[in-house]
Amino acid sequence: MTKYLLLKHYRGDHEIAPGGLTPMDQWSPEEIEAHMAFMGTVIEDFKQRGEFVDAQALSPEGTFVRYDGEGRAPVTDGPFAETKDLVAGWMVIDVDTRERAHEAAAYLSSAPGPGGEPIREWIEVRPFLGDAPGVTE
Amino acid sequence: MTQPAVPDDLVRSLSPRVLGILLRRGADFAAAEDAVQDALVEAVRRWPESPPEDPKAWLVTVAWRKLLDLRRAESARRHREQRVEREPEPGPTEDTDDTLLLLSRCCHPSLTPGSAIALTLRAVGGLTTAQIAQAFLVPEATMAQRISRAKRTVSGERFDRPGEVGAVLRVLYLVFNEGFTGEVDLAEEAIRLTRQLSAATDDPEVEGLLALMLLHHARRAARWTASGDLVPLAEQDRRLWDTALITEAVGILQEALRRDRLGEYQVQAAIAALHDDAASHAETDWIQILEWYDELLTHSDTPVVRLNRAVAVGEVDGPLAGLREVERLDADLPRRDAVAAYLHEAAGTRGEAARLYALASERAQSAAERDLLIRRAARLHAKDG
Repeated sequence: MTKYLLLKHYRGDHEIAPGGLTPMDQWSPEEIEAHMAFMGTVIEDFKQRGEFVDAQALSPEGTFVRYDGEGRAPVTDGPFAETKDLVAGWMVIDVDTRERAHEAAAYLSSAPGPGGEPIREWIEVRPFLGDAPGVTE
Repeated sequence: MTQPAVPDDLVRSLSPRVLGILLRRGADFAAAEDAVQDALVEAVRRWPESPPEDPKAWLVTVAWRKLLDLRRAESARRHREQRVEREPEPGPTEDTDDTLLLLSRCCHPSLTPGSAIALTLRAVGGLTTAQIAQAFLVPEATMAQRISRAKRTVSGERFDRPGEVGAVLRVLYLVFNEGFTGEVDLAEEAIRLTRQLSAATDDPEVEGLLALMLLHHARRAARWTASGDLVPLAEQDRRLWDTALITEAVGILQEALRRDRLGEYQVQAAIAALHDDAASHAETDWIQILEWYDELLTHSDTPVVRLNRAVAVGEVDGPLAGLREVERLDADLPRRDAVAAYLHEAAGTRGEAARLYALASERAQSAAERDLLIRRAARLHAKDG
């Protein structure tokens, strides 16, 4: 089994979904409700399959911090309003094959948006590096 | 009395045997597992005051009763009469070992490897769901689901004849390879289960796998530095190897080989034994190792075997000959770049070796391997500078 990170982005530089996507604050309350309910269903489905590890949403607000030398306060910057790519949230699943990880990500990407249509946003799929290699050398 | 109510070792060794007996009597897998758990709970309660003379027989009797209770409750809903009265009485427990029967059920080909591993550790290993979840770093609820799905998958089929040993050995070897990630030592657990299976079957491949595990396990202390870095075989401090374990493993392997039914695990164990037998990397008997790799190809001709064989070819016929073997393999094969880098380093083409180590580090499948490969690349660059 391998763990995979399914990463959701806020992307400003190009369309996150075919045909662009209306910002969520302009969706109808029912559309938002359906979208949220779908996310719950996805998590429940991964749990039922014994694949679920974690799911977290991130606030779009954030600060960049940097070391600025001994004895000096950290340098902060941001939130970078102009940043083209922000991480919106993630799920972690533990699955048997890469094919299954892709299938799970595609399912996540089928979440309904305006008009109940799947929003088809890109989900970045990244395998975890295990802690240790197997013993065979 | 202050001794633990039910010694953990006893429970871990008995519960799979009790489960096996219930299954052989025709019980449904999921229901039997529940019944054994119920019986264990009752043992914890009652054994401190009245310890049974024969704990296994006691558990079988109680678990069987639980199973009947369960069925009665179910059938009572549908029928007034109780068909279960006709079920066989739990007489004296059979001495036949059901380990293979139970293991082949848990490693059924209809299960994915991940599910087979989880079910095996639960039903045969007797580990708790929490322990298994912790070992695989997933939430307990997720592991509970994985196990109950696996149980459902294998439930329903009549369970009277053991399946293929090969499928069981593959799962046990996967468990062994999980190694040690938490409070449960899965390598030790795999060895324990393979020992159990070896006592219950007469297939020399089981002994082959057991020897292979022990020969790898014997090197464990040398495989990691104090700070947790991976040490490749060639650079290990061989004084840290567990010689008692190696001696035991070689004895088991020789016994298996004498039976003249060679298979891939015996051959792999023979290769591991030759490594473990060498006082230093330089003294390794590579000619014999290469012969065993040729033998291994006749049992299991896979790209991974061919890649490992290329290392042996490099030692026997020189690194360039080894590289020629590597070049015939698919570029996407995991660790191919690492082996090519090693052979280039041996051949003295250091720039190419450094480039390939860096490439291999990007494709490593574990953090420990990645770190090792990065250090090698950096070391070669430093010598150039």
